[in-house]
Amino acid sequence: MKGQLYFTAFKSILIKEIYRFTRIWVQTLVPPAITMSLYFVIFGNLIGSRIGEMGGVSYMSFIVPGLIMMSVITNSYSNVASSFYSAKFQRNVEELLVAPVPNHIMILGYIGGGVARGLLVGLIVTCISQFFVTLQIHHFFTLVVTVLLTSITFALAGLINAIFAKSFDDISIIPTFVLTPLTYLGGVFYSISMLPDFWQGVSQLNPIVYMINAFRYGFLGVSDVSVWVSLLVICSFIAVFYSVAYYLVNKGIGLRS
Amino acid sequence: MNAIEIKNLIKIYKGGNTALKGISLTVKQGDFYALLGPNGAGKSTTIGILSSLVNKTSGEVKIFGDDIDTHLEDAKRHIGLVPQEFNFNQFEAVEQILVNQAGYYGLPRKEAWQRAEICLKQLDLWDKRKQQSRTLSGGMKRRLMIARALMHQPKLLILDEPTAGVDIELRRSMWVFLQQLNKEGITIVLTTHYLEEAETLCRNIGIINQGELIENTSMKSLLARIAKETFVLDTSTLPEQLQLGEEFTRIDEHTLEVEVLKDEGLNATFAKLTEQGVQVLSMRNKSNRLEELFVELVQQGSH
Ligand SMILES: Nc1ncnc2c1ncn2[C@@H]1O[C@H](COP(=O)(O)OP(=O)(O)OP(=O)(O)O)[C@@H](O)[C@H]1O
Ligand SMILES: [Mg+2]
Repeated sequence: MKGQLYFTAFKSILIKEIYRFTRIWVQTLVPPAITMSLYFVIFGNLIGSRIGEMGGVSYMSFIVPGLIMMSVITNSYSNVASSFYSAKFQRNVEELLVAPVPNHIMILGYIGGGVARGLLVGLIVTCISQFFVTLQIHHFFTLVVTVLLTSITFALAGLINAIFAKSFDDISIIPTFVLTPLTYLGGVFYSISMLPDFWQGVSQLNPIVYMINAFRYGFLGVSDVSVWVSLLVICSFIAVFYSVAYYLVNKGIGLRS
Repeated sequence: MNAIEIKNLIKIYKGGNTALKGISLTVKQGDFYALLGPNGAGKSTTIGILSSLVNKTSGEVKIFGDDIDTHLEDAKRHIGLVPQEFNFNQFEAVEQILVNQAGYYGLPRKEAWQRAEICLKQLDLWDKRKQQSRTLSGGMKRRLMIARALMHQPKLLILDEPTAGVDIELRRSMWVFLQQLNKEGITIVLTTHYLEEAETLCRNIGIINQGELIENTSMKSLLARIAKETFVLDTSTLPEQLQLGEEFTRIDEHTLEVEVLKDEGLNATFAKLTEQGVQVLSMRNKSNRLEELFVELVQQGSH
């Protein structure tokens, strides 16, 4: 009985979130499509043709999974970060706080919205990539599970960011100083195995390495790290981020005075 | 059954500001209750705690018997909240705001749309349903928040200054609307700075000052405490020499003020004036007697 009510509440948040980013599609869906097209043209076509093979596949094929993952990561993150922060800023988050919506449902609803945008953008970028490479799927299940879990991870991170944020600037600090560097150093453009031993070791501390490699494995069957280890790492991050997010929402940090 | 039961409610905000110093009050089911008090008295804080937007420091709150510490979700279900400040998404359409809100309370989408139609029509917003909420006028925004609060058919409606910034005509129609809701059995609690509003609408009244409840009584008994009233009389030209009693004050050639004990009535006053050949052209209350009492109570409380 209660389950039904909660599910309706979850659906309402999810619909509202999807409606939000599709309403402002020029800001949310178009930019990644343009940026990624440029990456494909410049790195894949122009430069890539001189690089030759990487990890046993053409450079273009090598970077496609990484670039898709990169757009999934940024969009899942920024969707929740900006939507939840603006709900705080405009105070319409109070609509949820006064309603009998359990904190878990509220978190899941926003995560759902972030995942929806992440996956939609991922799909758009995948479609665009088809102008440059032919789609090849090595292991569909790995592909789907990895992209879904990664999207959840960064949607949660975006939520935590939004909870702490006190101004719109605060929601761009983490993407600029943490997310972008980690992604670029996460093996989107190169195989970790190319690095000197020391930097290979350091790279293994970067969670995005695991996400991109597991995803690339799903497409191409090549990976610098074990897929199982990757999934384990991603799941651990989800567990930690979810606990933190739940703790913060429960305490009402930034939400209830 | 009590709609609201508050015991020893204390709120100390971060930074040490004590907004509530131990308030206890009950509001009966079906009541129409006014919470009055000067700016910063703690009205919104109290309402914030009732609707779980503010964490209490200590004390006990029950909504229709459901304790907010142990049965929070049930407690929340009883309440429809109209906050003091606009708190909807400025970019969402009016109807979206309502339908989503109903969804948070578990109302299936289809029913939510039907319910939204009813609420929008009740509050005269039906024509505006497709507009972004930021394009509404101030009065319409207030009504939007009332419509939103009614979506899940709450048993208790709490309104924090619902008629602030609302024109006279709309205010009156809001009064009629709220009275209608109350007749239908919804318990209503409102805060206001317009004492006339409280007097017209409410059966019971609480006055908060500096975080303390200094009055909690019925409107009737509060009004009964007003012993004296002052009237201003516009008269025919007054003669220089007037033999009237102490209760009269001459203001100018055409104006008198008179203090009248409530239980004495006005006949004696008029008799005296007739005797002196003074004609009364019109008369009015000097000021709202309730306002005077209110100021008096709040000042006493401050000492
Ligand atoms: N979020 C907050 N953080 C710190 N102090 C607060 C906060 N909200 C309110 N206060 C303080 O608590 C006290 C009571 O404020 P409250 O908003 O409850 O007053 P009010 O009776 O609703 O006044 P008004 O009639 O002006 O709306 C004030 O001193 C106010 O400064
Ligand atoms: Mg207030």
